[in-house]
Amino acid sequence: MIRFDNVSKTYPKQNRPALDNVSLEIEKGEFVFLVGSSGSGKSTFLRLCLREERPSTGAVHVLGKDLGKLSNWKVPHMRRQLGTVFQDFRLLPNKTVAQNVAFALEVIGKPKSAINKVVPEVLELVGLGGKEDRMPGELSGGEQQRVAIARAFVNRPMLLIADEPTGNLDPQNSVGIMKLLDRINRTGTTVLMATHDQAIVDQMRKRVIELDKGLLVRDQARGVYGYQH
Amino acid sequence: MRAQFVLSEIGVGLRRNLTMTIAVVVSVALSLALAGSSLLVRDQVNSMKGYWYDKVEVSIYFCTKADARNSPQCDKGAATDQQVHDIKDQLDKMTSVVQSSTYESSAEAYKHWKEMNPDNPLISVLGPDAMPQSWRVKLNDPTKYDVIQSAFAGKPGVKSVEDQRKILENLFGLLNGLQTAAFVIMVLMLFVALLLIVNTVRVSAYSRRRETGIMRLVGASNFYVQMPFIAEAAFSALLGAGLASGLLIGGHFFVQNWLADRVQFIHFIGLSSVLAVIPLLVVVGMGMAGIAAFFTLRKYLKV
Repeated sequence: MIRFDNVSKTYPKQNRPALDNVSLEIEKGEFVFLVGSSGSGKSTFLRLCLREERPSTGAVHVLGKDLGKLSNWKVPHMRRQLGTVFQDFRLLPNKTVAQNVAFALEVIGKPKSAINKVVPEVLELVGLGGKEDRMPGELSGGEQQRVAIARAFVNRPMLLIADEPTGNLDPQNSVGIMKLLDRINRTGTTVLMATHDQAIVDQMRKRVIELDKGLLVRDQARGVYGYQH
Repeated sequence: MRAQFVLSEIGVGLRRNLTMTIAVVVSVALSLALAGSSLLVRDQVNSMKGYWYDKVEVSIYFCTKADARNSPQCDKGAATDQQVHDIKDQLDKMTSVVQSSTYESSAEAYKHWKEMNPDNPLISVLGPDAMPQSWRVKLNDPTKYDVIQSAFAGKPGVKSVEDQRKILENLFGLLNGLQTAAFVIMVLMLFVALLLIVNTVRVSAYSRRRETGIMRLVGASNFYVQMPFIAEAAFSALLGAGLASGLLIGGHFFVQNWLADRVQFIHFIGLSSVLAVIPLLVVVGMGMAGIAAFFTLRKYLKV
């Protein structure tokens, strides 16, 4: 699903690489936590997976494609095959819940009949049935993140990438979001989640990849957040 | 439904940026109106050239008795009938250049002059003898005046060879000057309009970076992300072109109804010429705005 071969990334005008010779593989159907302190290279790792950045050296394969060899105009097509969720939800404030989810389908040119069918389904799945016509501002943080997850999942992607999805949420809402991501994972979708949330990582007992100053320092099958720090 | 989605995005974008949109529309309108006028002035000059050059003649004037005293090329006295006749023979041989030639006697010239200047006090002083007899030569190609000039200037009995075209040339020079001025102002206005479009698109892209960010996130194609911005710019330009067309048509009716009554010796070009220019303005305006938007977005709306 994701393979990094000796990937290093050095940003312009930076001496230290943000990622330093990282190699790893994430299989189909896995649930993987990406942990590490701020500046450890987590965001760079995710940006490389989304091809918002290109590696300085090494190769990144996502969904069986070498992103280094993917031409620019094919990038949108590749992004349609994965879902993304962020800490700040990234919803459109002037559109309703249903319109926000539908927007993702409209911009890739899905027919209206298909949109009208799948949007209520996916909102039901994330537990927002009956809130289709609410505005994002009227929802709690947890509910807004569910909208974002619904939008990421509405295309049934093979891979879901989440960048600190619980970072803005209280513990109770965080648990709800994790349950949802776990359910999505059980449908066969690979989930890669960067997080700082120790309690969640310890509780879920999934594979943990830890980065420190750009180096891959731990890759543990049923790991916890960390022994040090 | 795609079209509907794109159209609603355009509407939102234009309304959000209303002041800039107005600035773009007005500057595009002015530059296109100038471009149109410049083209129309050219048409006008061409049509006038065609009309007047058909009528102009080259005149070969002969010496009169009075000329013998004050023009060096007439020191042999007034032209003889033989000399006048010789010139006619030569003219008749130049069939490739000369279309026809007519004779105007001193008496006829005097009559014409009297008709043109009925109040001139010299009428009582001058007699028909003061007016030169002449050959009025019509050319196949009015620009070939030089051939006649070099063939007949200085010939015995010939006082001067004059081209009526010279009088018109001054008028055409003025119109050409106007056309050039309109063109220069148009280039400047077009440049201003381009800068405005670039800036409008940039502001528009910035104010909608959230939407475009999400679009990219969910895998909207570049075309789909950029289309609303390009369409917005092209639509503003279309409004500008519409306004410019209105100005040109208004200008046309002003010329037809007001100027044509006062300046009767000019035959003004018709509405059809004005209408023919309009599609060109629309295409140039929209194309220019679309291309400007496209290149701006390449910089400000990265994948």
